[in-house]
Amino acid sequence: MRSVVPILTVLLAIVILWYAAAVPMNIRTALTQAERDGAIVAPATRVERRDANAIGLALRNPSHIPATLDQERARLPTPHRVFSELWNTTVMKKITSKRSLVFHAWITLSATLLGFAIGAVLGIALAVGIVHNRAMDMSVMPWAIASQTIPILAIAPMIIVVLNSVGIQGLLPKAMISAYLSFFPVVVGMVKGLRSPDAMQLDQLRTYNASRTATFFKLRLPASVPYLFTSLKIGAAAALIGAIVGELPTGAVRGLGARLLAGSYYGQTEQIWSALFAAAFVAAGLVGIIGLFQRITMNQMGFNR
Amino acid sequence: MNRVISAQSLDLTFKTNDGPVHALKDVTLDIHKGEFVSFIGPSGCGKTTFLRCIAALEDPTGGTLSVNGMTPDEARRARAYGYVFQAAGLYPWRTIAGNIKLPLEIMGFSKSEQAERVERVLDLVELTGFGKKFPWQLSGGMQQRASIARALAFDADILLMDEPFGALDEIVRDHLNEQLLSLWARTEKTIAFVTHSIPEAVYLSTKIVVMSPRPGRITDVIESSLPRDRPLDIRDSTEFIDIAHRVREGLRAGHGDDV
Repeated sequence: MRSVVPILTVLLAIVILWYAAAVPMNIRTALTQAERDGAIVAPATRVERRDANAIGLALRNPSHIPATLDQERARLPTPHRVFSELWNTTVMKKITSKRSLVFHAWITLSATLLGFAIGAVLGIALAVGIVHNRAMDMSVMPWAIASQTIPILAIAPMIIVVLNSVGIQGLLPKAMISAYLSFFPVVVGMVKGLRSPDAMQLDQLRTYNASRTATFFKLRLPASVPYLFTSLKIGAAAALIGAIVGELPTGAVRGLGARLLAGSYYGQTEQIWSALFAAAFVAAGLVGIIGLFQRITMNQMGFNR
Repeated sequence: MNRVISAQSLDLTFKTNDGPVHALKDVTLDIHKGEFVSFIGPSGCGKTTFLRCIAALEDPTGGTLSVNGMTPDEARRARAYGYVFQAAGLYPWRTIAGNIKLPLEIMGFSKSEQAERVERVLDLVELTGFGKKFPWQLSGGMQQRASIARALAFDADILLMDEPFGALDEIVRDHLNEQLLSLWARTEKTIAFVTHSIPEAVYLSTKIVVMSPRPGRITDVIESSLPRDRPLDIRDSTEFIDIAHRVREGLRAGHGDDV
């Protein structure tokens, strides 16, 4: 486990930066509260403090710095408060509760998995078509690239509304947005993988008078496996983003996207941050599971020397 | 002796942006059954291109070429030849046995027949017992032997070899040359062999075809007077040195003022 030390070093640096940033971010609120409680702060009035530099304020009122690190509804909640929120909404709640982050994460994850499955299958199918059909090569690839230049935030509400008008609600519209984001890396990776055999390998199969089907299953498909796994990892992370974005425009009440939205409506910054972390953990989990499958498959196929 | 490969004033011109390139010009050559023919010459002389024409991997632009009495493409579809490339080109995801089975699977041999043939050709290239290994577990020389076994597996009468030992060091190369000769003696195949090396060409061949570039053409065809049974030290005999000298002269003549 040589990677543990560098990872922990980076983590420590992030935590230190985070606490350091919380001081100027939260100092105004802390000073206002202290003033209300009768403490002496400098400058004395709120109007003067509003125009003052935040770091300067912190330096002039060092005794109020501790209050910035442990504030309710802080602008930037500190790590320990975010993680106590995470702890309270995961381990301490029943997972069937609507206040449980596990419950919300599962709602988002189920849309992610469905969308990822659709996107992966679609991506692989398109890649096979692109490699074997010149017309598809010329026509599909530019559209696939163009599809990714459209801001997902713009198209997501339309997908939701259109599907809703034909009576499709819930999981599927979100999964469609996930699929929309995740098929692209799969297409690109898979096309590259299916084309990875060199001229010599293709000539060799020609000397065996191999059919296109045989060439595909014996050479192209196995050769594409390393590329496929790499693009699946990117696709899985993109699918999660798609599912979260899909929850935003509808004002959904369930899912990580709903938690982000509700948190920002009600100024529950800790809720926002804990939903962000939950999303990150889910994404890391997905990528990790695909990585595990990759290692097992690659070892069995003898790719790893 | 019956002709296996017959080329009559064969031409091949590639069109490039810098104008046409005459890869082969007026190449006429017969290869008879059981011969070991080497093609030698500098790069660009068309020796590999000629081999690829025989294999129907390139289309000649003029002249006639027949392989086993058929057109090259018919011969390819009849699986008349095995082709060994410069690189072993083994699939990393298949074992050695799995790699040798590749052409057999494509050609639709039964499972039991496949297993039997794999054992037989592994034996021929002296790799008995290595079937379950993966390519990366083998040295470069062993990998190239496995690729020869793969080309032998489906019993084609003709073996086309394109600098198969070019990437190997001299000691390994000597050993493989010796093995190739004994394999040739046992299987009575017709072998066309492309090489850069004069000693390799002289040691292996019954007929040496010297070629030169721009345009790619045959400058000399040398029938070797060496006996079929050739120990490695035959390379010190005066006969061997005489043939090698003639090959070198042919190469120099073909080069003209280029060098």
